[in-house]
Order: sequence, then structure tokens, then C-alpha cells
Amino acid sequence: MSLAIDGWFAIEQDGTHLIGTRCAACGTVCFPPQRGFCRNPHCDGESMEQTRLPRRGRVWSYTSASYPPPEPFVAAEPYTPVTLAAVELAGAGIVVLGQVKDLTVDELEVGMEVELTHGPLADGPLVWMWGRAS
Amino acid sequence: MSVVVLGTGMHPWGKQGRPFAEYGVAAAREALRDAGVAWTDVQFLVGADTIRNGYPGFVAGATYAQALGWSGARIASCYAACASGAQAIDVARTRIMAGLCDVALVVGADATPKGFFKPVGGDRPDDPDWLRFRLLGATNPAYFGLYARRRMALYGETAEDFAAVKVKNSLAGSLNPMARYRKAVTAEEVLASPMVADPLRLMDICATSDGGAALVLASPAYARRLGVADPVRIAAVSTVTPTFPNTVLELPNFATDSSAAVPPPERPFRAAIAHAAYEEAGIGPGDVSFAEVYDLSTALELDWIEDVGLCAPGEAGKLLRAGDTALGGRVPVNPSGGLASFGEAIPAQAIAQVCELTRQLLGRAGERQIEGARVGLAANQGLFGHGSAVIATR
Repeated sequence: MSLAIDGWFAIEQDGTHLIGTRCAACGTVCFPPQRGFCRNPHCDGESMEQTRLPRRGRVWSYTSASYPPPEPFVAAEPYTPVTLAAVELAGAGIVVLGQVKDLTVDELEVGMEVELTHGPLADGPLVWMWGRAS
Repeated sequence: MSVVVLGTGMHPWGKQGRPFAEYGVAAAREALRDAGVAWTDVQFLVGADTIRNGYPGFVAGATYAQALGWSGARIASCYAACASGAQAIDVARTRIMAGLCDVALVVGADATPKGFFKPVGGDRPDDPDWLRFRLLGATNPAYFGLYARRRMALYGETAEDFAAVKVKNSLAGSLNPMARYRKAVTAEEVLASPMVADPLRLMDICATSDGGAALVLASPAYARRLGVADPVRIAAVSTVTPTFPNTVLELPNFATDSSAAVPPPERPFRAAIAHAAYEEAGIGPGDVSFAEVYDLSTALELDWIEDVGLCAPGEAGKLLRAGDTALGGRVPVNPSGGLASFGEAIPAQAIAQVCELTRQLLGRAGERQIEGARVGLAANQGLFGHGSAVIATR
């Protein structure tokens, strides 16, 4: 089971988690994980600790890709439209974009609760995805 | 102290398939003719770069200088995605204001491939612009779709409202000989066009185009020496970046900044871009006669109208339905026809916006002329955090 990108998410027994970083000095959270320097301009922090981001959130907005996206995306043949959602993570003050698994735009609503899961890209490797909240 | 626009030039937008430099040189020559300035008198040339046309595109200043004929002029090249043109204007203007030159030429042009913009080639997993395509298939229109859906949820706008923006802009574009799309369209045609990034359809989304635009900028003293009375003045150029935390999901990012440790700023990024321009010009949104805003999608025009302060958040649909933003309305938006009629020629587009501001303020906009236009605003945003706004007055 290969991941499409290392260090951005983890698949564990209790579910799929996004991996972010939290500044040890000011608490600013980042996704994707940051190395080195804090992005808060008022903070001198240089110690970024890995943190699991909340697995649930509410849909900030959503859309679909009716046409196959260009390379380096690998489109399935025949192509089924990819659904994307930007999700506001509970308590983290951050919105994270992801593909949506097994839900079409007709089944999504702004404000709806979703939960992180994962699924395969057309060429095999796994990526994080937003799914129906359990 | 400000700088003035002595000349404007454009090569018609389209998909002519010629090298980008040809469009840029054509626009530059027209701007020089319009200004009555010889190329060999230009002291400084700034080229807005294009990243899709090989090395000559990365060093656009030199490319144009060589194509116009080496004259010994100083040059600069700059890249700021869709904001490249505004950056180029700002570089030229600050050099003039610093007294390091009297007259400068600003040029931007692009030749674009067919279809969606994709990242520049190669396997580049450290580049978020590459990764967003690889991991998510998140094209530029996907982000426009997110913004559009959000407006529908927050403000109750509909696909018909978005179609009305296209209808308005296509009517203005039908009167603009520089526009690529010259046919007025109906709402039915927009609503029948194929879905691209739900809820946006093909005709809601701007195309990618070839095109070129150029400006001759000068000090007021230089303009006086040429005998130019009452020229258009560049009252402000805003090239601000976002203030942390930027809580709007921006191209090409995977996530917003987090507001966990620092509360969001008073003004979101797009509003801050315009605000900085108003502060610099010493005016407010109420003074604006017309605006050119970056309608990468129909819905995004409505976002911009609110962000530049022409109405409160959520009210842009009302302005649109009242005809306020149409030619002949209270405050016309995209009288050029906007990106809806042009399609985007990235490094040329912000310069083209200023060409339209200038022509309107000089009363040279032909059938698109806005009566009594005194103050024009152009606003735009380049990916990776590049603000772009210009205020021109007369």
C-alpha cells in the first residue's frame, strides 16, 4: 500500500489522519507539514512538532472536475468526475482541500460534516479523501 | 509625485499561435506611437515574464529590448503570475518616481497552450503547483468552483446570476476590437454550456488566450516637455501580499493558514489589495467611476465587486441585477468585456486592464465609453500571494 505522498497523512487502525505541524512557541498549525520556521510573522519559533489534525470538519465549499484534469494527474479510463471539498477542520482554524470519496456534488452541502478517509488515485497510490461522517 | 500614462498599445487577444514576443512588440510599437515617443528615447523597459514560452519568456525585458532593437536601455523582467503586469508597472513607476529615469516602457504578452493550464513539466514533488494536480486533480477552475459554490451557499446566488455576469461582459466585449470573443451571448447559452467545475460551466470560466499589452509611462515633467496636457495619472499601484493568517483557500494551496494562534486580519486578502490602493491614492470606493476586476469566473467578478468595496459582502448580485455594473450603469465593472471576453493572457492582462482605464479616462473607449469617467480601478491577484491593483485618475 503505497502513499501518493509521504508524511502528509497516515492510515492507522483508528482511521486516516492528516499530519500537520504545530509551532512549539505559538501553536500555529500548518498543513502540509512545515519544517524550520513558523509562518506566523510575529513568532520566532523554529521548532515544528508533528501533529495529527482533527479527522472531522465541515464543508467550506465543494466542486467537481467534469473534465479529466491534466498531467501529472492520472485520470481513470473511463473517467468519472473527481469531487473536491475544502473542509474546515474542527477546532484547528484551517481549511484543507481533498478529493471526496463516494459522494457526488449533489450529495454535498456547505456546512455538512465529513470525516477523513483515504482512497486510491487511478494509478494506485493512496491519497487522503473526505468521506461521509460515520 | 506620480507617473503619467503617455501611451497604450495592445495586440488583439486570440489564439493566433504566434510567438509571444510578436504580440509584445506589436503592443509596444503601438504604445510608443500613441505616446509619440521613439523607442530609442525610452530609458527603461520592464517585461512581465511568461513561464510557458521557454527562456525568452523568463527574461521578457531582454527579449522585447532585443526584438525592438538593442538601444542600450536599462531593463528589468519580473514574474508574479497573474499579477506580473502590475508588478512590471510598479517597477517602472518607482524608477521614474525615484528620478532614475523619465520615460519607461512596460510590456507583457503571452502565447498559451490549448485547454487547462497545467504545471510546468517534470517530476517536481516539492512544488505545490505540481502536487495539487498530481494528488487532487485540482485545476484552476476547481478553485473558482469552490468560491462560486460558497457564494451560492452564503448569499443564495444562482447559476442564473453567474450567467448574467457573462451576458453583461460579453455585451461589453462585443464592442471591443481587442477582445477575443466578440459575440454577445444569452443566459440560455451560458446555462447550456458544459459543466466544468460545478457549479461553473464552460462559459462561466475565462479561457486562456494569446495577447499583448504595453504602456509608456513617464514623469509629469517629461509629459509637459512633450506638450501633453491633462494626461492620465497612475494614482496608486498596490502589490501587497496577504496578512497572516490568510483564511481563504488560495491557488495553488492545499490548505489555508491556521487561525488557531492568531485571529484572521481585519481584511481578507482581496479586500486588502484594493484597500492599499485606495489609501495610496487618498480616495475611497465611492470615488470610483468604473472598475476592471479579474473575472477568472463569472462568480469571481461578484467576489471582486465586494472586495474592492463597491458594495457590502453579499450585495454584488443585487448590483448586477439592478444593472449598476453594466455599461451605462452607476459603476460599470469590466467595461472592456473583462476576462470573459478576452480570456487570460497572464503577463499582459493587468497591463491590458490599465490600457482600458486609460482609454476610458481619455474618452477614447468608443462605443464602450463611460460618460464622465474620472477614476478607474483595476484589481487582480496572482497565485502564491501576489496582490495587484492600480488606480488611474484624470
